[in-house]
Amino acid sequence: MSPKSNRLILFGVAAAFLISAAVLTLSALEENIVYFYTPSELDRSEIGSRSIRIGGLVKKDSIHINGLTARFVIEDATSQQTVIYTGALPDIFRDGQGVIAEGKFKNKFFKANVVMAKHDEKYMPREVADKLKEQGVWQGETSR
Amino acid sequence: MITELGHFCLVLAFVLSVSQFVFPIFALNSNFKQLHLITLKMSLLNAICVLLSFMSLVWAFIVSDFSVALVAEHSHSSKPMIYKISGTWGNHEGSLLMWILILSIFGAGLALTQKTMPISQKSLILGIQGSIGSAFLAFCLFTSNPFERLSNIPLDGNGLNPVLQDIGLALHPPTLYVGYVGLSLAFSFAVAALLINTFDKNWARYMRVWVQIAWCALTLGIGLGSWWAYYELGWGGWWFWDPVENASLMPWLAATALLHSVIVVEQREQLKSWTVLLAIIGFSLSLLGTFIVRSGLLTSVHSFASDPTRGLFILGILIISIGPPLILFAIRGPKLKTDGPLVLVSRETALIANNFLLICATIVVLIGTFYPIALEMTTGMKITVGPPFFEATFNPIMGLLVIIMGVGPFMIWKQGLMRKTKQIWMFGIGITALTTFIIIQASTVLSIGAIVGISTVIWLGATIICDLVFKVRTLKRNNKSDFWQRLIHLQWSMWMAHFGVVIFLIGALGESIFKNETVARMHIGEQIQIGADKAELKSLSTRTGSNYEALVATLHIIDDQDNHIGTLNPEKRIYPVERQTTTEAAIRQKLTHDYYAVLGDGNQTDGYTIRLYRKPFVSWIWFGVLLMASGAAVSALKNINYHKKSIKVLKS
Repeated sequence: MSPKSNRLILFGVAAAFLISAAVLTLSALEENIVYFYTPSELDRSEIGSRSIRIGGLVKKDSIHINGLTARFVIEDATSQQTVIYTGALPDIFRDGQGVIAEGKFKNKFFKANVVMAKHDEKYMPREVADKLKEQGVWQGETSR
Repeated sequence: MITELGHFCLVLAFVLSVSQFVFPIFALNSNFKQLHLITLKMSLLNAICVLLSFMSLVWAFIVSDFSVALVAEHSHSSKPMIYKISGTWGNHEGSLLMWILILSIFGAGLALTQKTMPISQKSLILGIQGSIGSAFLAFCLFTSNPFERLSNIPLDGNGLNPVLQDIGLALHPPTLYVGYVGLSLAFSFAVAALLINTFDKNWARYMRVWVQIAWCALTLGIGLGSWWAYYELGWGGWWFWDPVENASLMPWLAATALLHSVIVVEQREQLKSWTVLLAIIGFSLSLLGTFIVRSGLLTSVHSFASDPTRGLFILGILIISIGPPLILFAIRGPKLKTDGPLVLVSRETALIANNFLLICATIVVLIGTFYPIALEMTTGMKITVGPPFFEATFNPIMGLLVIIMGVGPFMIWKQGLMRKTKQIWMFGIGITALTTFIIIQASTVLSIGAIVGISTVIWLGATIICDLVFKVRTLKRNNKSDFWQRLIHLQWSMWMAHFGVVIFLIGALGESIFKNETVARMHIGEQIQIGADKAELKSLSTRTGSNYEALVATLHIIDDQDNHIGTLNPEKRIYPVERQTTTEAAIRQKLTHDYYAVLGDGNQTDGYTIRLYRKPFVSWIWFGVLLMASGAAVSALKNINYHKKSIKVLKS
């Protein structure tokens, strides 16, 4: 084979691979993006049964723990959302803590499969801090 | 006083760096060749200045000099000594200074070694290093001065985030930085090659050692980070596709590609412009890795600074250090002459495929990491791209790469496959097919992905062993007398590194396919099932550590014949100074599997939340990483020896 046709074959294979990789990447991106909302932004008709993240502060006295299952309310300035979570909660999960819950809606509850909180108020999840600042309920120091 | 001396040394280093940059450029167009020698000496002096400066900062941390703002903010007199020292680089300013220190040491390293290299070329490379150094020294001095004094001296410091008080994390940043910064030398080699329009075998040989050193450190650094995340964060995982992890993975992927393409230049004088581009990209990605992460653009436990001027400065440095080289590459790159035509089935093409797949993987990680940021900047929408995205895209690409890794070593430069390898092919394919068949028959629970994964690993392992056995046997047949001398010259480093990949994959696949996980609320005396074994909560007690109070649980692991096979002591620690709680996972490490326990919240009446994992082969992940890094280290040593020998030849 001539060097030219060699090069052509190589480019052909590379191009075919690139296209399939691009298609794969885009479809994977489409399927696996997780959107972030605060309670007041939640629009159930838009979200449906997609996996999403909800972030805000844990409402005072809203934590109920029964065995391994915890029920609590995430709130921002105007709205609230009840979250149900089974499993171990983060170390510093408590009233007033900024948290993010990832999961899906089941009926009127949000069933989380992951609950995240950063180590103390200084390490508030940035998404939460930004949103809370926008809404004017931010009380901590500047986020770090 | 020592602090001011450190500051003065840093200023001195800045001046030296600027001249280290200007002199060789000037010498390039003049007859005053003595400047080259001066540049070499200057890079040594530069390293000494930065080292003194760094040492004086470490000293301020050791003696807890709270008049230094950085120490007051990040240290505390009650901290154990080792974490006082590691606290030096556990913050933005200190880690920046460490970055500069490593940069200058690499420069001095080049000045002192590779004596066969023409001095004008060497000084030019050091000049490029000097330009990077002066940019970062300016950044350090003008926006993040680590030696700033406080007018009101506090009685004690703020302390260090307890999560960071850990030996793994004391070592992780320095190692990773050696990797990141090592790539700066590859970058300087590439830019210098473009400037003087030479990029030949020798150039590639000199460059290769530095790429290997950087790659080795980068691999170890990432491995250390993942090990730390495994035992310290208490989530039981070892890789989370966190933006920060991705930021270190991208330069690693590019460096891996560079590590291989530089061989093609060295052996065949092909892929020259591509290699130059890769070296530029690799260093750009490590700049991105170190600094975009640190600028607070990404949400993470790693982000220190969120001062907007710093972010802008970093962006500036990024643009300055990537822009001109890329423009230079666009002009000069195509002119780098390539030797001979490309043969379709040859080792070159296998290495091209390797590069191609690694770059595809880099792009995928880049998209997954930066798409959320881009979307937030443009539309304000906040999203996360989670592990499923990377598993669906990154894993198949790497799977393909692993398959090619099994074929590449059987190919020869320029001309197709090795002869007389038929039986070996049959052997490799046979073993893979047979074991895959057995696995499918034996197990009904495994997913297709898992089966494909396992057979890919078997394929790679089998072909490496075949390759090794074949080459040793051929050598034995052809060289009866000097067999042993020749034996050490086989590609042991390559086999080591590639077999490291096999070990790593056994760990990664074993962990993800066969792990067991349970969470339960337990009272003392209760048992839970984990895989085939059981765990019993025996007792809870308290313990006082050096700067924390801990609640310690005692769990007994009991196998199916009621034998006590191990004890786990997960802890919950309270650090009074920092007012933080951390969980310390308990891990019982065995060769075939780990038990991993985490103590959650709870009380006497409701019981305590306990998370338990059984993770088969998980420790193999880090053995594999270690073996990969050792492979690179062995090859680097061999290349350094080669240079030494060629010096002897020159002198005699």
